[in-house]
Amino acid sequence: MQQYEAWTNDPVRLGYVERFIGSLKQCQELGITPMCANAQGLELELPYHQKIIGNLDTGVIHGGAITTLMDTASGASVLCCLPELELCPTLDLRVDYMRPAEPGKSVYARATCYRITNTIIFTRCEAFQRDPDVSVAQCVATFMRIGRQASPDWFWKQIEGAGNE
Amino acid sequence: MSNLQSLVQKAHQSGDYNQLLQTIPYAQTLGVRCERFGNEVVFVLPKRDQNLGNPILPAIHGGVIGGFMEIAAAFHLAIFLEIDDLPRIVDFSLDYLRAGFHQETYAECRLTRQGNRVANVSVSAWQKKKQEPIALARAHFLLPIKDQ
Repeated sequence: MQQYEAWTNDPVRLGYVERFIGSLKQCQELGITPMCANAQGLELELPYHQKIIGNLDTGVIHGGAITTLMDTASGASVLCCLPELELCPTLDLRVDYMRPAEPGKSVYARATCYRITNTIIFTRCEAFQRDPDVSVAQCVATFMRIGRQASPDWFWKQIEGAGNE
Repeated sequence: MSNLQSLVQKAHQSGDYNQLLQTIPYAQTLGVRCERFGNEVVFVLPKRDQNLGNPILPAIHGGVIGGFMEIAAAFHLAIFLEIDDLPRIVDFSLDYLRAGFHQETYAECRLTRQGNRVANVSVSAWQKKKQEPIALARAHFLLPIKDQ
């Protein structure tokens, strides 16, 4: 597997991603927040919390919370990789759970778009904890391009932020 | 008998499977319920603001639909197989067919294949009409090793 390199952050893209993820209620509920964004993709953090536990005996996070983290990361990576902001619905996703996440620690997800066509975007996402080379889960997903005009102007104003008007 | 088995047996007798679901905090976070009709169980994801993703439609977060279907698949196995523990998920593949609107969502599972160690489960989720699913999924689970 590729060695992990720390990413440089692009504050404009991070702003888009922060406002986009801030508009998703489930992400507020789970406390999912962006760490870093650039033209390659982004990184999100899912903090450990009692409410995402899947097994009370072990305290291990439920796979579903990891699915939400990775679905959000993959969907938001589209905002980072396209030349113009577009919202793309998910067509499908597949998650492989490599090992249980260690209780008490955040899970991070790094997503990139590895192929962009006029109609479809293909993304890859890895979830890990302290050691980025040790995956908790991996996910591939595809998104459909429906164009920027498919989403209302008020939404784009909100994502672009007041500073860019 | 394991704790899970005794909870399943109690649920079979009373017809109330929600105590079983309450053992999983994440299932409670989403609000997942389970109802039995004859020999079939249907899982219910209630209409809840905090489960929303897309604020424009608004629509349920795709990850919530996925998490709901993963919970449904695991409990389907717990209810219909005599296992001591909840099965561990290996992989999960999900096709989104329609937007999941801000309303109650249902899921039903089918055990496609059960081996000694691994089970394959298909899940269908729908809202208005069962024949028009909003998402279809399949998952592999590792079954807990049986005490001899």
